[in-house]
Amino acid sequence: MKLDPNKKLDIKELLKDLDKYEPRRRGWHWREGSNEKRTIGDFEYHETSESLKNSIPLPGSRGFGYIDPQPDCVITTEIASGRFEDDIRRMRMAAWHGADHLMVIRTAGQSHIDSLLEGTNQGIGGIMVTRKQVRASRKACDLIEDEVGRPINFHSYISGVAGPDIAVMFAEEGVNGAHQDPQYNVLYRNVNMVRSFVDACEAKKVMAWADMLQIDGAHNANATAMKAWKVMPELMVQHAINTAFSVKIGIKPENIALSTVPPTAPPAPCMRLDLPYAVALRDLFRDYKMRAQQNTKYMESDTREAAVTHTLNMVISRLTSADIQSTITPDEGRNVPWHYNNIAGTMTAKQALTGMDGFREMVKLDREGPLGDKVRELKERAILFMEEMIEVGGYFKAVEQGFFIDSGEYPERNGDGIPRQIDGGIGYGFIYERDEDYFAPVSVHYGYNNIPAEFEKASDAIGGDTFEDRSKIQYIDELDEHDNVNVRLKEVEKYYDTNLVRPEVEWRADGTVLLTIFLPLDERTAEFAAIKCGEKMGLEDVTVVHKQCIHPSEGTFCEVKGRVNFDINIDELVIPEKPHVLSEAEIREDIQNKPMFVVAATVGEDEHSVGLKETLDIKHGGIEAFGIKYEYLGTSCPVEKLVDAAIETNADAILLSTIITHDDVHIKNMKKVHDLAIEKGIRDKVMIVCGGTQVTNEIAREAGMDAGFGRGSHGIEVASFLVERRREMNA
Amino acid sequence: MKRADDYEQRRAHLANLTDEELYERFWALANEIVDPLLELGRKNTTPSVERSILLRMGFSSLEVKPIVEGVMNKGLMGKGAGNVVWRLSKKLGCSVREAGLLLAEGKHWDDVDTLF
Repeated sequence: MKLDPNKKLDIKELLKDLDKYEPRRRGWHWREGSNEKRTIGDFEYHETSESLKNSIPLPGSRGFGYIDPQPDCVITTEIASGRFEDDIRRMRMAAWHGADHLMVIRTAGQSHIDSLLEGTNQGIGGIMVTRKQVRASRKACDLIEDEVGRPINFHSYISGVAGPDIAVMFAEEGVNGAHQDPQYNVLYRNVNMVRSFVDACEAKKVMAWADMLQIDGAHNANATAMKAWKVMPELMVQHAINTAFSVKIGIKPENIALSTVPPTAPPAPCMRLDLPYAVALRDLFRDYKMRAQQNTKYMESDTREAAVTHTLNMVISRLTSADIQSTITPDEGRNVPWHYNNIAGTMTAKQALTGMDGFREMVKLDREGPLGDKVRELKERAILFMEEMIEVGGYFKAVEQGFFIDSGEYPERNGDGIPRQIDGGIGYGFIYERDEDYFAPVSVHYGYNNIPAEFEKASDAIGGDTFEDRSKIQYIDELDEHDNVNVRLKEVEKYYDTNLVRPEVEWRADGTVLLTIFLPLDERTAEFAAIKCGEKMGLEDVTVVHKQCIHPSEGTFCEVKGRVNFDINIDELVIPEKPHVLSEAEIREDIQNKPMFVVAATVGEDEHSVGLKETLDIKHGGIEAFGIKYEYLGTSCPVEKLVDAAIETNADAILLSTIITHDDVHIKNMKKVHDLAIEKGIRDKVMIVCGGTQVTNEIAREAGMDAGFGRGSHGIEVASFLVERRREMNA
Repeated sequence: MKRADDYEQRRAHLANLTDEELYERFWALANEIVDPLLELGRKNTTPSVERSILLRMGFSSLEVKPIVEGVMNKGLMGKGAGNVVWRLSKKLGCSVREAGLLLAEGKHWDDVDTLF
């Protein structure tokens, strides 16, 4: 199976023979060529990696020959639609915009399920992580990475009470990275602490074998803390505990990534607060990787505000370092991320990181002043935190005493941390001491293992385990006949490769659309007026997802989501032929070699001038931008004057504009210009082109014009036509 | 516990350390904290650790659950669930996979009593 950029990914084809699919590799992939300078377009880049075979560049690239430099660090997007068949399409879209770390969020509550799950049931806020869904997603990643030309890292979570089970399944299925941090289970999922750490030993040992990248869970402390800027010493302690623990189990340092978030956001003076933390962290964890996450703690429903905060976060990434730049969808503060917002977040990262390429060579952190002092202070506070942990009897005692997530900046304590008891939590009572004759007949195992003397290694007892012989893996397809991918595909069958389409944001054909509405009302009234607007427009389930007071009485900006209940039949669409354009460079070269001069005016009793000026003006990307010279005769210009001007100036072309259509005056004027040009003997030497909101190419040509340009036409289209037509006339 | 910020007093013993000494101290403390946690992992096992072993021995998630539950009921977790399956296969003279499936189906648990 191979992807064609012009065809949708065929999910049914993907699911075929899934039981026989084998992942093509294990382990994490860093971008290639990250430490080399490279020339892309007109520029030399200092912090990029190898370019992609297929990608979509940033909108601004139009002015730079559509270059698409790929930053040096891996870029993450987190996908949470709850349906893997839709996640996969989102992964493909994100990869085209430069994401190569695709993180799939787990369904709510999976942490507490004491088993692996199977099948393809729909999840809430993420997929149910099962072998089938993981396998299908990894298979899709294989296809996508071939299409874009860069290996893709697939990632999910190894946490909860089935951590070791999940770690094994991930290792078998070629998952490249995972979150694994026993502290996360303890603090946020109330899993028994002893259970959590014992399980983590085995899970991490398996991850080490599979060469998976590990991301820790410290960023959650940031999101949970009441005052995030006070939690910095503790964040470093949490990172240190998981890191030291992982190293001792055997995960290599380059596979240990710290999930670090700039803790604060505007209107706090966040750069001054967050930068020392970022520097202190990179000092102390110099042997490890930085996964720079974006701030979610202070995220509201405003996607614009989120994009600015995230850009500031990336200034910190560029001023310090980031091996992985994670992204948060800008809509996470209002709903479960929509697919195009995954792409928005990815684009923000690519834009900001590319824009700051080589920035560090010119801007240096001044560690002599307040930065150095604060860095030192943060490190000392973290050390003091750990000293007191040891003083009270170690990690478990410290957790019992509520050391973590306290709102005071250590050593300040407010007594509002999250305490957990060693004899409580989920999974308590299920810890068993290994006897002297304990034996685990597998090739990878943490801790005591009494391997019988007759075997060289433990797994010899069973003739090799699944890590040595894949054929031993037991694949389960579906367990639930009512909730699975096949049922879901059937429900939206009519939208799969048919002529029918419905708008969507999350799942195929979910019908959701977003409206932008400004109402000259106070906030509360506007909210309900906006809902009414949506309802009157025929939307169902109308909800205001964002509102911004513009003034207490003058107005409110609202964003409203709702569902449409109709399909669009694409076969019934009337789609005019796409205007043919030459490249900007080709037009410029042509004009440079052979200058072109045109006369232009709005003809008849017509005072409209905007369209023609935009077609002419360099400022609006008009024909002047390509070197074409013009004389503008103004509005309400008599046709005789226009034709005479063309004769006097020996113009190559006449550009006329006509907006008013009353009594077909626009057509009459076109005909008049054409006839007059014949009468004066210049028609075969001069091109005549007409533009206007009601003009079409067909109408104009019928009226004797060489071409017509209607609503929404651009200067480049007119310039392309003039260049090509002139070539024809001279041929 | 509530406590005002006493950082200035508390840091006295750190004040004269160089940055590199601070770094060393940071990691020495972290290692000291995690050592007993690693020891717990070395000496103990859990249902999920044992399930993960059975998965790697070639059983599905549906099969490993009843095996581990049976091993817990028999008080044999200290032996290792994989060990129970392996020893049973030797006793019955069948493959490991066959032995595990029998246990998953609730069979031959009486034989398990005689394995250790």
